[in-house]
Amino acid sequence: MLSWLLDPLNYEFMRNAIVTGILIGILCPVVGSFLIVQRMAILGDVIAHAILPGLVIANFLGIEIILGAFVFGMLSTSIIAWIRAQSRVKIDAAMALIFASFFALGVSLMTVLDTRLDLHEILLGDILSVRASDIWRTSIVALVILLLIMLFYKELLFYTFDKIGAEAAGLPVNALHVGLMAGITLTLIAGMKIVGVILVVSLLVGPATTAYLLVKELHWMMAVGAGLGVIASVVGMYISYYLDLPSGPAIALTVFGLFVLALLFSPSQGILTRSRFMKLPKH
Amino acid sequence: MLEVEYLSVNYRGTWALEDVSLRLIPGELVGLIGPNGAGKSTLIKAILGLVPVHSGRVLFEGIPLQHQRQRVAYVPQRSQIDWDYPITAKSVVMMACTVSTGWFRKPDRQARSRVRSALERVEMLNLSHRQIGELSAGQQQRVFLARALAQQADLFLFDEPFTGIDKKTEAILLRLFAELRSNGKTLLICSHEWGNSLDRYDRLLLLNQRLLANGDPKTVMTLDNIQRAYGENLQPSTNGHVEMPFFC
Repeated sequence: MLSWLLDPLNYEFMRNAIVTGILIGILCPVVGSFLIVQRMAILGDVIAHAILPGLVIANFLGIEIILGAFVFGMLSTSIIAWIRAQSRVKIDAAMALIFASFFALGVSLMTVLDTRLDLHEILLGDILSVRASDIWRTSIVALVILLLIMLFYKELLFYTFDKIGAEAAGLPVNALHVGLMAGITLTLIAGMKIVGVILVVSLLVGPATTAYLLVKELHWMMAVGAGLGVIASVVGMYISYYLDLPSGPAIALTVFGLFVLALLFSPSQGILTRSRFMKLPKH
Repeated sequence: MLEVEYLSVNYRGTWALEDVSLRLIPGELVGLIGPNGAGKSTLIKAILGLVPVHSGRVLFEGIPLQHQRQRVAYVPQRSQIDWDYPITAKSVVMMACTVSTGWFRKPDRQARSRVRSALERVEMLNLSHRQIGELSAGQQQRVFLARALAQQADLFLFDEPFTGIDKKTEAILLRLFAELRSNGKTLLICSHEWGNSLDRYDRLLLLNQRLLANGDPKTVMTLDNIQRAYGENLQPSTNGHVEMPFFC
């Protein structure tokens, strides 16, 4: 058993991938919690796909890919917000349209521009591609975002719970929105390497949603979600190693497995367990 | 005193409010009534500066209200809140202190005691650790009332506070409205109440895009005014009162 656990650690790429996986496993659910409580989970998927043109252009120009991806991620959320404000088109339709269009642009650019990007690797993630430099990059991104969330927690809580109340109280809601979108975009870029753009939304939304079934306050949703995210990342990576699966699907399926467990057995809300915990009568 | 002068709001080509002017005096309980879609919520949001205003201005004690938002407590409509949000009653009330506490700080002891006393006043202290979805509609309304109290504001704007609540909550709301009024606070309550309960207000504002009537309940609730606001199909009943089962 011990050798089963230790064997993969003999390889540098596995050590790199696991360290990055742990960082992503913590970061994604913390940031994703804010999307879930605003009923915007699918926006994570939209941004993850919308960064593709940025990756291609940055790679073509030889600049930092985070920069290109960030610009396109923010551009996609701005266009969605703009369509929503300027027309009667609802947010889900706007998101679906931007999702497909930006992704299509990314794939087209990848074909037109001569880049060395591997579409399969971008879409599904590849632990073999994680370098030591990626660990540093991910650590810095994770540290900065987590620190900012701690610093602005009470404002973000107010904003995501009661937008109109927060604005009425004088909070700069537009700045908070942009900050949150920037944090989500950077988190997705950081997670992309391991899980891939298609499945990174799984780590963003899955562990936090699972935690949502277990706790009753946002900060606990983030903490429990982060724990579950780490478990899912590491377990998924081992499954990927032993079953020779791409790391993204292995992690995403582990995330879903944990969710199903909570859905069935959560002490307060589990389908099979909740009847035992009778709520106190309301009065 | 709150002064609203010639306020107009246009929403995608439709006038939601036209030339609304009114004054709210401290120590007065004012009810804002009108049919569904009359612009009651829009007026409250326009006063707060939450919707783009086409023309007009809102002053509180002579200064634009936009510049002194901490002095206004706003209680939103129930439908505006996601009651499954993972948050406890106490944390909701604590939001009253978010702006006054300031960036990068945690609420101090004084703020925490303000929150505690607000919860006590609405008789929710013993349930303050509950997730808000585990509370009844009346208890949820009391949590938001506590949030408004903890803010220690001077102007209170309530959007449909009496909707779907129990008798106990109604009694607590009325008691606290009376307390706030006697403490010289300014209160505007948007409501779709009807009948005798309107007598609880010192003054009524009848709205339907424009301000149709403004005065004490008896002078506002005349058949003529009501037909202007709600349509011509309203007829007085035999006992002389205006009957209308649905009007929101």
